[in-house]
Amino acid sequence: MSAVSTSPVIERGTTMSRIAAIAVAIIIALLAVAPQFLSVGVVDRMTALFIYVILAAMWNALAGFGGLVSVGQQVFFGLGAYFAIRLADAGLNPFAALFVSAVVVGAVSWPLSLFMLRLRNGEFAIGMWVIAALTHLLVNLDRLVQGETGTSLISLNIYDASTRRVTIYWLALASMTALLAILFGLLRGSTGAAIRAIRDNEDAAASVGVRVTGTKRLLFVLAAFGIGIAGALWLATSITFQPKTYFNVQWTAYMIFMVLVGGIGTFEGAILGALVFFLIETWFGGTGVWYLVGLGATAVLFSLFLPRGLWGTIEERFGLRLLPVGYRVRLPADIGDGNAEPSPQQSTTSREKA
Amino acid sequence: MSNQIIQGVLLGGYYALIACGLSFMFSVMRIINLAHGSLAVFAAFALWWLASRFHVSPFVGLLIVLPLMAAIGWALQRFLLERSARGGALLPILTTFGLAIVIDNMLFEQFGADTRSLAPYIGSLSYDSWEWPGSIYVGKLAVIMFATAVILLGGLQLFLTRTRLGRSIRATSEDPDTAGLVGVDARRANAIAAAIAMVTVGLAGAFLGMRATFDPYAGAPQLLFAFEAAVIGGAGSLWSTLIGGIVLALAQTLGAQVHPQGFLIGGHAVFLVVLFVRLSTSGLGLRGLLRLPSRSAP
Repeated sequence: MSAVSTSPVIERGTTMSRIAAIAVAIIIALLAVAPQFLSVGVVDRMTALFIYVILAAMWNALAGFGGLVSVGQQVFFGLGAYFAIRLADAGLNPFAALFVSAVVVGAVSWPLSLFMLRLRNGEFAIGMWVIAALTHLLVNLDRLVQGETGTSLISLNIYDASTRRVTIYWLALASMTALLAILFGLLRGSTGAAIRAIRDNEDAAASVGVRVTGTKRLLFVLAAFGIGIAGALWLATSITFQPKTYFNVQWTAYMIFMVLVGGIGTFEGAILGALVFFLIETWFGGTGVWYLVGLGATAVLFSLFLPRGLWGTIEERFGLRLLPVGYRVRLPADIGDGNAEPSPQQSTTSREKA
Repeated sequence: MSNQIIQGVLLGGYYALIACGLSFMFSVMRIINLAHGSLAVFAAFALWWLASRFHVSPFVGLLIVLPLMAAIGWALQRFLLERSARGGALLPILTTFGLAIVIDNMLFEQFGADTRSLAPYIGSLSYDSWEWPGSIYVGKLAVIMFATAVILLGGLQLFLTRTRLGRSIRATSEDPDTAGLVGVDARRANAIAAAIAMVTVGLAGAFLGMRATFDPYAGAPQLLFAFEAAVIGGAGSLWSTLIGGIVLALAQTLGAQVHPQGFLIGGHAVFLVVLFVRLSTSGLGLRGLLRLPSRSAP
């Protein structure tokens, strides 16, 4: 099921990208059957990893490609979980509720975008944070949630533990694959050209007829939808919903960390960043406060000394052709219809702006 | 009701104080410092540490903490903001957010999760009050706080318009390159501006600690209050920040009357309403408060 959604990769006309596409298909196929062989703990951890990849990819779509750094993305994470609780309480199948919830989150983000996208840079960043804080307070008012006490996705209990675990794993894997494929397809198509034009110079892009606001809105809604799924899936894995946990700004901190370390504005960077974060969390998560200090400090150091992140630096240093996976999604260099434009290559090299 | 209004106006003084540094840095350096609230909490902890460990009154402690904050501002600009600002408008946001996480968690590591207050170290000032006509009691501390805000905002305004240094800071914020041509050292002007901003943050931290409790993670709400007050005040003069702070505080006070959780909701709601009205009429956002025309996007 999942392999189908990576098909756009194969359309690339180079040997390297074909190899990469096949590798991706194999990896996804392996991941799909993995629960048969993995221990219970590992399955849970892998589910968490898929959710991290979603978070990183969605935040990167917004900030890296849309130039919209939000410090309030936890609002969609929290709402994803909250609406799932609400829908399940209304009698919807809990697994279905996870996805309907994300659709609701996406729908909510649309009117919000009309308003927030008029803010620039830091104003947008903190403005989103205010939205998250306000939403958190409003969710607390819901009697079902009982303030910070929270509530649980009780209806999931009708499934036995192992069915539940594996189902959530597959749902997370499928969601991740589908979201990455949507993002990939978007970036490859004409929207991708528009996105890159906006990132490189918003005013110039607008002057040649790129629909700046429309394109940003698309990214905003997509990111909200994806992060909504991530929140709902996280709820499914942990069952309990405490507003304080889900509307915590640390979720955005994680997203920022993953994207900054992996490489802001590169498709693979977000995935790499999520992997790095996952490993760091696995090894150092137990050290509590120092782990968080380390994350913050690393984010600062990367933004100062390696603003293009690991992937951006690797790309730059070794050139594209040496890295098959990288080449697979090096979109800007050869979009099929982008040759009429004089500088498709230039837009890849001027990436330090992002 | 008039009692609540008076208390709200006085609380607005605190919000104006904490918004002052944020707006100042934005208007001069075009940087919104996401570590702003955490730095205020840091100053509060520094004063608390001096008071609890060495029995230094917080007012005396300011003599140590404010120069320290100025030095931090200078270093912040020189080592973090200047460098990250070269990478475009987005990187400083990420850098200062990372810094906020580091500060918050270092404070947690050092001082633990307990909430603290400077109130025990300022004697009877924390509860003394004057009786005003109509048997309204106003806290002395609240009045001092409000007066400090007025003096600080007025002083900054005078500094920026009447002194050579102030003029060079304004020139730098207008156009660093042209300012450089006429002999203004933009790096120096920005570093001084950051130092001044951090002094105001130190003062805000002191009042935060005196009038309420704080904990290592109290920085984020302070940042949001500062931002909301600055946005509500909008463009204009430093005084508009004071008005912004007062409106925010009144909305919170009013919200608290309606519902136990209404204090914060009221503040956020009035912020969004003001933002909505402003965006739908003129397209202006937070534009600083120095009566500067906004630097148009390149």
